[in-house]
Amino acid sequence: MSLVGFEVEVDRSESGLETEEMTLNMGPQHPSTHGVLRFVVKADGEVMRQAIPDVGYLHRSIEKISEKVGYHGFMPYTDRVDYVAAMFCNQGWGMVSERLGGIEVPKRGEYCRVIAAELNRISSHLLSVGTMVLDIGAITPFFHAFREREKINDLLEELCGARLTYNYMRIGGVAWDLPPGYAGKVLAFLEQFEPMLEEYDSLVTSNKIYVGRCAHVAAISAEQAIDYNLVGPNLRASGVRYDVRRDQPYSVYPELEFDVPVGIGMVGTVGDSFDRYWVRLQEIRESIRILRQCFRQIPDGPVIAKVPRKFKPPAGDAYVRVESGRGDMGWYAVSDGSEFPYRCRVRTGSFAAMAIVDNISRGLMLADLVTVIASLDIVAPEVDR
Amino acid sequence: MKELLDGWIAQGVFGSLPVDLVYLIGLLAAGVVVVFGFVLNVAGVTTFVERRVWARIQSRVGPNRVGPQGILQWLADGVKLLMKEETIPYAADARLFKLAPYVVVLGFIAAFVAIPFSSALIAADLNLGLLYITSVTSLVVVGILMAGWASNNKWSLIGGIRAAAQIVSYEIPAALTIFSVVLITGTFSTQSIIQQQGWAPWSWYIFHSPFTFVGFFVLFTALLAEGNRTPFDLPEAESELVAGFVTEYSGARYLFFFLVEWGNLYVISAVLVTLFLGGWQFPVVGGLGDRPVALNALQLLTFVGKSYFGVIVIMWIRATLPRIRVDQLMTTCWKYLVPISFVNFMGTALWVAVWPDGNRVVTAAMTVLGFALVGYFLSRVVFHLRRSGARLTFSPLS
Repeated sequence: MSLVGFEVEVDRSESGLETEEMTLNMGPQHPSTHGVLRFVVKADGEVMRQAIPDVGYLHRSIEKISEKVGYHGFMPYTDRVDYVAAMFCNQGWGMVSERLGGIEVPKRGEYCRVIAAELNRISSHLLSVGTMVLDIGAITPFFHAFREREKINDLLEELCGARLTYNYMRIGGVAWDLPPGYAGKVLAFLEQFEPMLEEYDSLVTSNKIYVGRCAHVAAISAEQAIDYNLVGPNLRASGVRYDVRRDQPYSVYPELEFDVPVGIGMVGTVGDSFDRYWVRLQEIRESIRILRQCFRQIPDGPVIAKVPRKFKPPAGDAYVRVESGRGDMGWYAVSDGSEFPYRCRVRTGSFAAMAIVDNISRGLMLADLVTVIASLDIVAPEVDR
Repeated sequence: MKELLDGWIAQGVFGSLPVDLVYLIGLLAAGVVVVFGFVLNVAGVTTFVERRVWARIQSRVGPNRVGPQGILQWLADGVKLLMKEETIPYAADARLFKLAPYVVVLGFIAAFVAIPFSSALIAADLNLGLLYITSVTSLVVVGILMAGWASNNKWSLIGGIRAAAQIVSYEIPAALTIFSVVLITGTFSTQSIIQQQGWAPWSWYIFHSPFTFVGFFVLFTALLAEGNRTPFDLPEAESELVAGFVTEYSGARYLFFFLVEWGNLYVISAVLVTLFLGGWQFPVVGGLGDRPVALNALQLLTFVGKSYFGVIVIMWIRATLPRIRVDQLMTTCWKYLVPISFVNFMGTALWVAVWPDGNRVVTAAMTVLGFALVGYFLSRVVFHLRRSGARLTFSPLS
């Protein structure tokens, strides 16, 4: 990774000037490490030699808690795995429990799940895109993104009573049916929201300084992305067309039509920070498409299957994948036939993204580390769980 | 000022006090009046204006609770910061740490000495006024470097070093552009430069020649960088360096740094207005020439109005643009601004040699070009307003 115009080699032996690397402690409290992240940065002036991620500041033993609270009781805890996109965690836990217990979710319940999840995906991507621009120094686009996010929060609040930790889904379906007139409200919001994306494009995507800060910065090749097990928008930005919703379909996604946008190196290299930003913007557009289809196709009927209050799935294990806001989220659960799961394990995208930071940030400028963290969309609670 | 004191001394107002002591007290009193009566208010009101302008751009409301429309918010904030406990890090170099804000404030307030407000309102019409302004504003960098070093914090240190590199680099294009104007006027005095321009746009130096037209934008960019404003706010890049050189400061000393930051906005625009936009020039029509107080008031309004227009443009830029990276910062300066300003300097010198009294045709053409640019800009604004279907309601105080 080299920087154009900044190949300065300091000759230390002849000039007699000794320089030494500075160890900077970025985090756990730092304005741009969203949440409690910590990087130990070894910097030579403004150039980073190494940025070692230090994880574990937000470990809350969520997986262990599942062994004590049972299948139904664990649902509110899953919200806290990734509080920016809690619907997907709800959905993952619901799906893995249903697979263990062999429960079929009613069609309408599946559609409710997808509607909630796609709304949540838009809000999660808006947060990611908004904070990325904020970290690069522009303040206004952040407020514009959050203004729209508020409206989604209002919609989700109407759906399930909560704005951040939803606890909307249940094993076997969802807790409540869509409130009356909900389709109209969501469609009206989408109608108003779509032009806002164009505003975002003209304010940010085509901004010369923004492009200069993101293009060619921390490009991840497709091989590297697969080696490091990147998932979701980070993987797709590197040009790999892999989306769990399309390649290992679950829920009602096979009935829905949507594209999987990949990074094309629009202004720089394929897989650079700009591509990761751009892919998220495109995914918001795809989510809008999916939502419109959902409201067209949603059938009548019950939203939740009959599940006994004492849910005791037969002994065995199950693994499901959900395409969350940060990509392929894996939920693994082992049942020993009792009321409580024997073991639960969550595989999250942010953890893998954290691992690649050290590799791609070598030789970049200090300011680029902020861009890299923001473009990988690392959400601290998801790293540690 | 001096005449007034001399008159009072002659009348025996001060009794048998030594004359030098009277002068000293007079100077201090004038300084206190200017600083507390004007400089601090300019800086304070600018913070309030910035917060409201930002809020409007970001579809928020902004502070509107303290006083009518929140106009006293800056006083409340200032009092709050003055009352706060001031902490000095255990490992900091305490003396330098305490001294740094004063150096910064000194460099900033001293600039006001040579900035004119009307044909009569100027603290001192120095014959080297511009040179003086460029020199004293450089004091700020010493203070910032001091703050960055003395805090004994790595983020502060990086911020301080960045500020030093940035301000020193951008002084070169700024000074070259300022001196290309001096080539035309033949004087460093800020008042004489304004007097040589007229009230009408075509007599402003921005339209004097193509070189001054470009020079205006070069100087604007360079002064933005010198004032640590977006997109050049790297020294205090809050998302990278926590708060840069002010990270460890609190209370009154923190207030001083921010006072300078916002006060500098006014200084930047005032310098630009003086050099390129005709300063306080107001058409002397009717019997205005016989009524110096009214004329000076109008000139003051003109100057402050033009300056605040510049201030709002700077705020608008800050609300819109991201921050550039440190290598891009240096590239912008050394690869673009410095060569352009050199060409400008030589070009202006040639221009003045060929047409000592200016070229009326080119000036007219530049004026038309300037108005065409403004017209194009306004048409784009109208286009975007139409496309977004925005409702325009003009109520600046709501």
